[in-house]
Amino acid sequence: MSINRREFLKIAGISTILAIGGMSATNVLKRNWLDASQVLPDPKALIGKKWAMVVNMTKFKTEYDYKRVINACHRIHNVPDIGNPKREIKWIWEETFEHAFPGQEHEYMGENIKHQPFLVLCNHCDNPACVRVCPTKATYKRSDGIVMMDMHRCIGCRFCMAACPFGARSFNWINPRPFIKEENKEFPTRMKGVVEKCTFCYERLAKGLKPACVEESNGGLIFGDLEDPESDVRKVLHSSYTIRRKPELGTQPKVYYIIT
Amino acid sequence: MYNGWKIIIGIIIFAALVTAPFLLSGGKVVAKPDPKIDTPEIQKLPENERKCVESKEFMKTEHMKLLNDWRDSVVREGNRIYIGAGGKNYDMSLQNTCMKCHSNKKKFCDECHNYAAVKPYCWDCHIEPKEKET
Repeated sequence: MSINRREFLKIAGISTILAIGGMSATNVLKRNWLDASQVLPDPKALIGKKWAMVVNMTKFKTEYDYKRVINACHRIHNVPDIGNPKREIKWIWEETFEHAFPGQEHEYMGENIKHQPFLVLCNHCDNPACVRVCPTKATYKRSDGIVMMDMHRCIGCRFCMAACPFGARSFNWINPRPFIKEENKEFPTRMKGVVEKCTFCYERLAKGLKPACVEESNGGLIFGDLEDPESDVRKVLHSSYTIRRKPELGTQPKVYYIIT
Repeated sequence: MYNGWKIIIGIIIFAALVTAPFLLSGGKVVAKPDPKIDTPEIQKLPENERKCVESKEFMKTEHMKLLNDWRDSVVREGNRIYIGAGGKNYDMSLQNTCMKCHSNKKKFCDECHNYAAVKPYCWDCHIEPKEKET
């Protein structure tokens, strides 16, 4: 197959026009791209592979011990106090033994354990059911094991709340702003229609601080990296007998309890 | 023309409706937005530090993309430090970095956003700085 001079010039001309057109089009589009910006993690940040917590219930004796820890968390994270239990928002709260560890209770249990409130929070499961069901990846597991919430993506479908066997998630039925007594200006609030929960204080870890509840607990809560044999949690797990909430469900919760 | 007067009246009404927004506004020109960057926080800074994370021109046209990138970087990847145009490090935070200098949300953000009729939903969650009523 041969082409004559006229055909050749036609093809050459069309290719030139397409090439110039394509180049200018990409130039226009490229103008909207950011140059590769440079970002870094904070050098002060606490780095872990599998963050976990041990709740030492023997350190919680008075009502104040609980309130101090719960208030510290709820204050810095702008968690509203709505008052109505059907609409309440909670990141860390008190639960009875039979609700926290269903199936473990029995009728001859000591009164002190039967009536002692247990501190419960998101277990940051190693195999989180909430993450599997989230349709937008608004909740996801970070490489350091924290089960995080990205409020920008949450569409409020509440699949995660149905999936979580620990009731660790709360839905904002109403605008939470009017119910926040004192806003922490350093942390955002949430809006109507999103689900929220404990985030293991990812914003404090990023600055090199331990979670607020741990700091306020006077040793009642121990935080550390499960993958580091020298960490505080590993030492406590080695020396004391601990239980977890609903381990039979296979979500591998990472909050451990010392009961007595 | 059949029913000519009906058609003509119809055309007149139609023309009046279509041109009404223009005629009623009386050729008034909506004031051009005039965002202000003269907050007390910025005034306090020494002259050579009165710089944003990137150049003014870049921030004017690209701030929304920059903020999107910051959000993904901080929330999803855990990187919180941004190296600005001058090599200076900044904490990537709308509430704690941007608005600490630009404490005048009404004159800085809303001025243009209202003019362009865009409604970013940042402030549904992020707490805006307290401003004196003017």
